[in-house]
Amino acid sequence: MSIVGKSEIRVDAFDKATGRTKYYEDRMPAGALYARIKHSEIAHGFVKSVDTSEAEKIKGVVKVLTCFDAPEIDFPTAGHPWSMDPGHQDVADRRLLNTHVRYYGDDVAVVIAEDEVSAVQGVRAIKVEYEALPFVLDVQKAMEDGAPQLHEGYPNNILKHTSVRKGDYAAAIREPGLKKVEGWYDTPTVQHCHIENHGCFAYEENGRITVVSSTQIPHIVCRVVGQALGRPWADVQVIKPYIGGGFGNKQDALYEPLCAWCSTQVGGRPVRIDCSREETFVSNRVRHAIRFHIVSWIRPDGSMAARKVDLYSNQGAYASHGHSIVAKAMGSFPQLYPCDNMECDAYTVYTNIPAAGAMRGYGMPQASFANDSNIEECAHAVGMDPVEYRNRYIMPLGFEDGFSKNVNYYDSHRECLEKGKELIGYDEKIREFAKDTGDIRRGIGCASFWYNTAVWPIALETSSNRMLLNLDGTVTMQCGETEIGQGADTAFAQMAAEAIGLKSYKDVRVVSCQDTDTTPTGLGAYASRQTYVAGFSIRQTAEILRNKIFAYAEKLTRQSVGNMDVRDGNVVRKNDVKVLISLSELAMTAQYNPADSEHITAESTFTIKNNAYSFGCTFAEVEVDIPMCKVTVKNIVNVHDCGNLINPALAEAQVHGGMSMAIGYGLSEQLLFDQKTGRPLNNNLLDYKLSTVMDHPDLEAAFVENPEPTSVFGTKALGEPPACSGAPAIRNAIYNATGVALHKLPMNPHNLFAAFTEAGLIHDSWQEG
Amino acid sequence: MAQYKLIHCTINGKEVEKMVDVRASLTDLLRNDFHLTSVKKGCEVGECGACNVLIDGEAFNSCIYLAAWADGKHIRTLESLTGPGGEISDIQQAFMEETAIQCGFCTPGFIMTAVEILETKKLYTRDELRKLLSGHLCRCTGYENILNAVEKTMKRRLGVPVE
Repeated sequence: MSIVGKSEIRVDAFDKATGRTKYYEDRMPAGALYARIKHSEIAHGFVKSVDTSEAEKIKGVVKVLTCFDAPEIDFPTAGHPWSMDPGHQDVADRRLLNTHVRYYGDDVAVVIAEDEVSAVQGVRAIKVEYEALPFVLDVQKAMEDGAPQLHEGYPNNILKHTSVRKGDYAAAIREPGLKKVEGWYDTPTVQHCHIENHGCFAYEENGRITVVSSTQIPHIVCRVVGQALGRPWADVQVIKPYIGGGFGNKQDALYEPLCAWCSTQVGGRPVRIDCSREETFVSNRVRHAIRFHIVSWIRPDGSMAARKVDLYSNQGAYASHGHSIVAKAMGSFPQLYPCDNMECDAYTVYTNIPAAGAMRGYGMPQASFANDSNIEECAHAVGMDPVEYRNRYIMPLGFEDGFSKNVNYYDSHRECLEKGKELIGYDEKIREFAKDTGDIRRGIGCASFWYNTAVWPIALETSSNRMLLNLDGTVTMQCGETEIGQGADTAFAQMAAEAIGLKSYKDVRVVSCQDTDTTPTGLGAYASRQTYVAGFSIRQTAEILRNKIFAYAEKLTRQSVGNMDVRDGNVVRKNDVKVLISLSELAMTAQYNPADSEHITAESTFTIKNNAYSFGCTFAEVEVDIPMCKVTVKNIVNVHDCGNLINPALAEAQVHGGMSMAIGYGLSEQLLFDQKTGRPLNNNLLDYKLSTVMDHPDLEAAFVENPEPTSVFGTKALGEPPACSGAPAIRNAIYNATGVALHKLPMNPHNLFAAFTEAGLIHDSWQEG
Repeated sequence: MAQYKLIHCTINGKEVEKMVDVRASLTDLLRNDFHLTSVKKGCEVGECGACNVLIDGEAFNSCIYLAAWADGKHIRTLESLTGPGGEISDIQQAFMEETAIQCGFCTPGFIMTAVEILETKKLYTRDELRKLLSGHLCRCTGYENILNAVEKTMKRRLGVPVE
């Protein structure tokens, strides 16, 4: 029993290494029409008229549809499980095309044409007359009285405000001898930048609509397409092929509803929408820019007497995942560095920038930056080593969260910090770097993060699974949890092989392509839940399959069911492991038995009613060129306690990718908007500054493997956590190197210049003039 | 309005003749006319490297290379590395074994640049390899294992010990 825990080669590696893997565009039906979108060229206003006459004259243009043609149905887009409680349903504020445009890039009209060139020419030929309205890009300005209002029913643009109150903050800050450590921490708008842009195609067949999409959440998209078109959900079939990354952007219904509607408007002919990179940056989803205000009141020993945290989350123009992101960010504060007296307030606010949705880490890269920056300042305020400060005040062993009921079963934080310290050589380096003076200075820093694995109890956690015993003794497995590049299919194959008793993970054929007509319902790739939640349904379904195998084997072998097991693909007698019959022979006999034929299959659903903490930290070593305002990361180590590793090599690779994302978040990435027009300024891969292989040192991933008690295979979150603590670790290393506490991401030369100038580290003779 | 041009070129070792729209990119030609779908589109303006192919042995972003320019050229895509019996090359094997593949979308482009690097038969340092591979973007892997796969294959081919 050792299939789980081995660094097996991915089940899809060969096809991907040979280029034969099919993504949505590789499955395009011949003759699919091209739909291209006319996007708003103002940040806020009403469309008064759309002149389509010139576009319609272009040869190849089949149809032009405008915001005045689209059904007046408001629908939600977030990739959340549907809630039967109307009070917990996602905000329905989207339409297929909009007369009230709310950001530069909003969808106004669509041209359907026989070829791409005609479609693009058609879009250019459309003339839109707008009534421009004032717009607002800044989250706090949008909350002011008199600010431009984006949606009815949300005064001051506040989509939602929630609070945490613990103890008595006002009384606690009156304790004598407290130090106040206060700061504003600003995080930028960034984008997922999966290398495959989102795209999809749709057609009608037998009176129903089929959508093939680059999505993480086929079953949820099926529901949203039904809602958007005002048709029964069962009228829609969504197929998810392999996808070229998602990172949360594709955990939303993006252009699937519009594409499906376009097909219905041209008699059910296949219609494709393929986002360009420029559209992906602006007209899909982005990560919420969250601004934090933290006031910590600490005693001379560093302990936290009281803490106040305000969080302002820039939602952009539409609700998408809405408040759930900043709510998760806020929820981490009372847990990661517990404090008896807290006042936290989180606001999610509409503004006229692109809609923010899910992105790897779901609020935690932002929270980790703010929290671990402030904690670093707390350590400095009392003259304590920052790692020692964390060791003293971070979540204790045995901590239980009142809401999720998650328990800190092991001392994960301290174990990870200890391991990280050793791996990077913290003690020696912090001593050595302290000697640095002059223009180039080295520094070392760390940051921790808090994470939850799944979404229970905030939302439903369900996983369904189907297993079919094949004639060769292998098993075909279907589930709704999706492969998006992270290696889910391989982990599932390993877990299923182990649970059934097969010889190898290669004996499990995971059907990677989800089809909502045939795949049992699961909700797809989001949170860091798939390996955790699928584990429950895999074990349960494997048990059902095994029992059916035993029942049939009893007829053939005359051995008692209670004395059977499956090992290495054979039904064996327990204890002495004597082979009674191979699964292959059993399957053949059962299938072709003229008197008693049976295809041995199993299917079940598991409702998961628990969740699991997943913790870790990053240590970063930097070199700062002060006059050049340039930071080079020299070494970086992530340490994670994600429970047992199902596939160590894949786990390590997953951490590398998250670390890369965190380095980009820390040093270079941000989506910029023209303050005068709201127009995006750098929505392309050249100007956006995604990290290349030259922007990284070697990435080191390490693990503390404490088996998670609530988990079937002892595993828990790893998908998102690696993206969380990298940026604040780099920030704290810069602080260590220069003595300058930065409060804004990204820490690029532009922002460092301002901070270093203010700190008196550099003197700009032009400004001093 | 469209103008067409007849081109002759070699694609993955096979001589072909094709009428091409002079506005079409080499990506379009390879994907649409020859179904070589390993050639991926991530930006279509030469920023991401997903569409990278070898033209007379040199790596190019095929999205910003006109199909018409392919006249007389020898073009190789990832499909050319797989033998008639499905056997694969050492660099593909290394990508699989080093866990250098995740979503797989940047993989074909990376492997073809790796082929260009390996065919120089030079021993590059890790930093030199970083520079040579920097025309490709990947959001999944942090590049770490891709670099390992290329470095190990280079050393094996040159008979240099691999740590």
